[in-house]
Amino acid sequence: MTVTVIHTPSGGPAPVLGPSPDRVEDLASYLARGGYRTQVEPEELLARVEAAGLRGHGGAGFPTAVKLRAVRDGAGTPVVVANGEEGEPGSVKDRWLLRARPHLVLDGLLRAARITGADRAYVYLSDHAAERSVRAALAEREPGLAVEVVRTEPAYVAGEESAVVRRIDGGPALPTAKPPRVFERGVGGAPTLVANVETLARTALLAASTGRSGAAQTVLLTLSGGRGAPVLTERRYDTTLRQLCATHRRDEPSAVLMGGLFGGLLPLTVLDLPLERSRLAEAGTGLGCGAIRFLGPDECPVSVAADAVDHLTAESSRQCGVCVSGTRALRDTLAALAEGRCDADGLANLARWAQGLPGRGACALLDAAARLASTLVSGFPELVDDHRRAPCQACAATPPEAGRRLRVPVPMPVATAAASAVANLARPCASAGVG
Amino acid sequence: MKLRIDSTRCQGYGECLPPAPGLIDLDEWGYARLLVVDLTDDQEAAARAAVDACPNTALRLER
Repeated sequence: MTVTVIHTPSGGPAPVLGPSPDRVEDLASYLARGGYRTQVEPEELLARVEAAGLRGHGGAGFPTAVKLRAVRDGAGTPVVVANGEEGEPGSVKDRWLLRARPHLVLDGLLRAARITGADRAYVYLSDHAAERSVRAALAEREPGLAVEVVRTEPAYVAGEESAVVRRIDGGPALPTAKPPRVFERGVGGAPTLVANVETLARTALLAASTGRSGAAQTVLLTLSGGRGAPVLTERRYDTTLRQLCATHRRDEPSAVLMGGLFGGLLPLTVLDLPLERSRLAEAGTGLGCGAIRFLGPDECPVSVAADAVDHLTAESSRQCGVCVSGTRALRDTLAALAEGRCDADGLANLARWAQGLPGRGACALLDAAARLASTLVSGFPELVDDHRRAPCQACAATPPEAGRRLRVPVPMPVATAAASAVANLARPCASAGVG
Repeated sequence: MKLRIDSTRCQGYGECLPPAPGLIDLDEWGYARLLVVDLTDDQEAAARAAVDACPNTALRLER
């Protein structure tokens, strides 16, 4: 399997990737970088979070300060949750972060607990390597607050906030209908902050900084697509999609799959857009969890849409009838389009479902499926038309596989002890002139 | 008042449609779709009848 490359931009700030993203950051290293130490009053940190404009990095992009305040002001003693369950197949940044920099996330979690007045904290995840790393970090330093690690089975919807709460409360990791939102009634009925681990890492960085901080000016990104190795990187929001694509590879992509499976499939006209939220929203898309797939010349947007919706259909938690029926109908119609057997009625149905299905499920999985279909039809009209007339060879070569092709491997940072062992092993070879 | 639906509970019985045709529609699979969320005073009685008609308590009114 291809290995994901970690790319630190030259000259640009990368506060979350840090200086050695290939290594596990132990307590001594984190303390040496100023971690845990800074005493910042909760009100002061909340003001910094607000002034920096920090938003959630899990996908929805909700303003973090608003969420912190709502949980703090809710009825009852709050609970805080670091959400590391990364269900998007094309994203690796949350699992990398927990594996490589567990103390940065825990620092942010403890600070969020202080801001909200929480007396309990959870780290919620499914990745075994991330769990080992977090448990080791908790063993290295007594957090001074009850912190429990809760593991779930990996699933697309398992990281959705109501699914997180349901799992922590002992139930299945499946979404519930809203309202109530978890900030009103979450774990054990308490006001609950479910915060993405990157958001918490940036909260910790804001606490450690003095004066103006770049902690909220960058974003972790997972880039994939084409034949090149996937890339985990951190870039400023003024970076354009074209510049990102150049980091990833040389050839021109055929389309862009944005925001994991949530931002839809976009034509190349978007390449000069920066990553700024407002600019992407104007173009009808969003950064979501920061996973971007630049489709290679051998990847057809129709086949990728069919594959992505096939994945969402398989990952539907099958609680909402409209999601079971809606995702299946979208999947079957896109599969028919990929096989060159979609008629005018099929296309009309896609347009109708794109309008009528969003917002109808308990979670947003159905919305993602509908957006993939609607952006394909609106952004690639000629391509879609061609697929109605004749079968597409690229589509035939890549039939839907429940999103397997969209999956990106997670980088495995080495533990400090292991890193020195590797260094010791490497030395005799180097002196013997091997290589 | 707001009319709310819990999509995880809607089984597509369609019992909510006759009492509140202007507030609810059924999609092609028979599941209820809200046409109105914020109710006016004169829509409340019909919405309440639809809530009562659902055999699986998928609909509710919220202040």
